[in-house]
Amino acid sequence: MSKFNKKKNAEVPAVNTASLPDIVFMLLFFFMVATVMRDDELQIENQLPKANQVEKLAEKKKVVTIYIGKPSPNFAKQYGVTEVIQLGDKISPISDVQTYVNTKRNAMDEDDKDEMMVSLKVDQNSQVGILTDVKQELRDAMALKISYTSIEGDPLRNLKN
Amino acid sequence: MAQRNAPEVNAGSMADIAFLLLIFFLVTTTIEVDSGIASKLPPPIDTPIDSRQNKRNIFQVIVNSENRILANEKDIKLKDLTKAAMSFLDNGGATDARNVCSYCKGDKDPTSSENPKKAIISLVNDRQASYKTYISVTNELVKAYSTLRDREAQRLYNETYTSMNNRLHNWPKTESDHPEYQKLEQQIKTVRELFPRNLSEAEPRKTE
Repeated sequence: MSKFNKKKNAEVPAVNTASLPDIVFMLLFFFMVATVMRDDELQIENQLPKANQVEKLAEKKKVVTIYIGKPSPNFAKQYGVTEVIQLGDKISPISDVQTYVNTKRNAMDEDDKDEMMVSLKVDQNSQVGILTDVKQELRDAMALKISYTSIEGDPLRNLKN
Repeated sequence: MAQRNAPEVNAGSMADIAFLLLIFFLVTTTIEVDSGIASKLPPPIDTPIDSRQNKRNIFQVIVNSENRILANEKDIKLKDLTKAAMSFLDNGGATDARNVCSYCKGDKDPTSSENPKKAIISLVNDRQASYKTYISVTNELVKAYSTLRDREAQRLYNETYTSMNNRLHNWPKTESDHPEYQKLEQQIKTVRELFPRNLSEAEPRKTE
């Protein structure tokens, strides 16, 4: 009997935290691998729409990104509340699109120039008008391969929110 | 002989260090979106080409400023758009032997398209329309093409167009002269030509 009663007064043992570093390291490695440092700091709202007919973008070195959206609240004073274009890390007028694309293209390797792709990251709530203007500029710059960057998902859900 | 043991390193703070790094990466992470609907712009032209197409071969989709969709002069819901576009593309209503479409499974409606190779979907959008409607409409129209291409690829090569395309993209770069690769490329081209993506966006009209 006494054999069983022995531990009656023992307290609840402390949780063994020896494996905690391992768990944390595992998470750490996941985030380290998944992290892509953002090149451009966004000054506009940029909520991408959903689509399910998407294709993978070309390699990063062949891609030129153009952002379109309303200026974020801190920049609204400076740039207004209608849609603007962000090239690189600053908001620019539409007439700069051609120069920007050409500069980017000239910086590319000879082989990549023909395969350059323009990724249009357009906020889902912006109006199409400005996008049409940008596309006209891209045509004049002979940057004809474009991609409407969007999150994989059901497009019908775009219209609900 | 006093043997000294190296003192054990205290690993108690390891977890703290790891946490610190973890939090740093958690905060800085932005998972970049790297997928999108690919499209090709037409090259710039100085004088508009007079491209008068037979009216039956054009499927006109209009998105107005209130984000409502008009397909061939009928008000349509977004979820019905793919079906309407598919039945237009797949119609194969040509009667003369030159244009007849042997692989179409449509209704052969005399008022709808003659042949998928001639069929054009024209998308006109108002400047005030919202981008999410625009992208959803584009998505649905692209879906019509890829569904039909999938069907034809399945019939000809017993593999969907999508999976053929995936296989082509994942092919190792160094082996691009493999005969199997070139065969696949050829097959994809064949399927593409059965249902070419003639998705045209109207030239923006100058309104002054």
